[in-house]
Amino acid sequence: MLSGKIIQKTKKFLSSPTGVAYLLILPCLIVIFGIIIWPVLYSLYISFHKMYMVHPGEFPFVGLKNYIKVFRNPVFWAALGRTFYFTGVSVGVSIILGLGIALVLNQEFRGRAFMRGLIILPWALSSVVNGMMWKWIYNGSYGALNGLLLQLGWIDSYKIWLADPKVAMNLVVMAEIWKETPVGVIFILASLQTIPNPLYEAAKVDGANAWSRFKHITLPLLKPIILLLIVIKSIWAIRDSFDVVYMITRGGPGDSTQVVTYYAYLATFKFLRFGYGAALAYLITLIILIFAVIYVRLLYRREM
Amino acid sequence: MKILNFLKLLQPYKILIYILVIMIFIFTIAPFGWLIISSISPKIELLSTPPHWIPHSPTLKSYKAIFFGGPTTIRAARYFKNALINSVIIAGSVTVLCLVIGSMASYSFVRLKFRGRKPLLLMILTTQMIPAVAIVIPLYIVMMNLHLLDTHLGLFIAYSSFILPLIIWIMMGYFQTIPIDIEDAARIDGCSRIGALVRVVLPLIAPGLAAAGVFAFIIAWNEFFLALILTSISAKTLPVLISEFSTKYGADYVMMSTGGVLASLPPVVLALIFQKFIIKGLTGGAVKG
Repeated sequence: MLSGKIIQKTKKFLSSPTGVAYLLILPCLIVIFGIIIWPVLYSLYISFHKMYMVHPGEFPFVGLKNYIKVFRNPVFWAALGRTFYFTGVSVGVSIILGLGIALVLNQEFRGRAFMRGLIILPWALSSVVNGMMWKWIYNGSYGALNGLLLQLGWIDSYKIWLADPKVAMNLVVMAEIWKETPVGVIFILASLQTIPNPLYEAAKVDGANAWSRFKHITLPLLKPIILLLIVIKSIWAIRDSFDVVYMITRGGPGDSTQVVTYYAYLATFKFLRFGYGAALAYLITLIILIFAVIYVRLLYRREM
Repeated sequence: MKILNFLKLLQPYKILIYILVIMIFIFTIAPFGWLIISSISPKIELLSTPPHWIPHSPTLKSYKAIFFGGPTTIRAARYFKNALINSVIIAGSVTVLCLVIGSMASYSFVRLKFRGRKPLLLMILTTQMIPAVAIVIPLYIVMMNLHLLDTHLGLFIAYSSFILPLIIWIMMGYFQTIPIDIEDAARIDGCSRIGALVRVVLPLIAPGLAAAGVFAFIIAWNEFFLALILTSISAKTLPVLISEFSTKYGADYVMMSTGGVLASLPPVVLALIFQKFIIKGLTGGAVKG
């Protein structure tokens, strides 16, 4: 009798909206708690411990010691600075380039649909292939960049570009810009299409030239999407800096391209300092979460 | 007069547009084009100074070697095939499973009013932003203890962490476009909620499933960081193998380029065919209208 009642009650709950909802969301929640939220918390826990995988049995609590070590380490600050340089330049240039390309592709010309489709190509490549491809282009002995510059007469002999610390960083950034530009183009193109044409017609009638139409109509209307792009692309750039650095320079020459994600990887999986690595990972996550909060805010403001 | 002036202005403007379009075309295609050319060039032509931009005697030898093995590349070929199979299995399975449980969840978020809906939604949205580096150390430790390192299952589990939130996000956009009346009608006709979902809503959101699926597959196929750390030999995916190509097989630039081109083929072809889906996936909630 009792079990029958329970079954009935369960049945009733499961056919109520809340019941159905939780039934449908449950598998998802298991995944999200199991492999995102729990590991994130466990990471925090590890970061308060000394965990040196050369001595896997020892796991002493050290409080904030790992964080203090990170903050006292000039290598970390240098890596963080490089991360901001990498992020700032690649996001800035790829958005400006993306805006330019989107404005051109928004004009009338033959093969417009084809070009709009093709533009997605760099995005579809994996960051690994992208890095490998650019490393090959930059190659000091046989690279296409050397060949091209030699033929143009800009250099007298082949140069080992990636051996120069300053050049190396900018070449890594350039590889990232090439891959990341399409996303900006796609976002901005989609946004451009929502601008009503009569707006431009009216401005034309009022005698506004192309530049002032761009400045007073297009740019203000694109502002929200560009803001959104800056935030989301910064998150992606911080995250993806690892792949492109790993592929092209492995942080070299010297430490000159060692971004903070690559530094965290080395500390954790090369030097096996898991506690220290977890602290580093946590700091990276915090930086990204700041951007994420801004991103969610921006999205929500637009939804309202 | 004014019209005449305008026509005069039009021509140089058109020419300018076409010049810019050609520049964009070269910018987009040249680097990858060079990778393709490198993969079909004989070594001597590729390594001359400057290289032959168009090979005089192109050859598909390296493609044959990478699949069937040549005298010097038997091991590279075996590794390549193995990695290819791993990539297909992992990217394919994670896409399918996340599509199933992800679309169930996004349906609830869009259609059902229930307690805790908003905080849960916000949580899922935020988890999408969490970088792999934040979860990789615990995943590594747990998988080491459970002997899941270097297995398909291990990587599959790790990949769900970023594929699932992605799919929920995309699918919610699609569910929002289905009018609720259709579902109500089905329920009046005697369908249960789940029945209406399966028989009426599911066919309508098929394009959404395809969009989310293609998008998720490409992202999973291209993932590198987690694969690098969580696999070593047998479950290695293509990106990890490619990253080793340049160091392990010396300076075989032709073979390296061939591997790169082949690894890019599925995502590039998918992206070009399903570009509308990809654009929907990328812009998702960000662009309205």
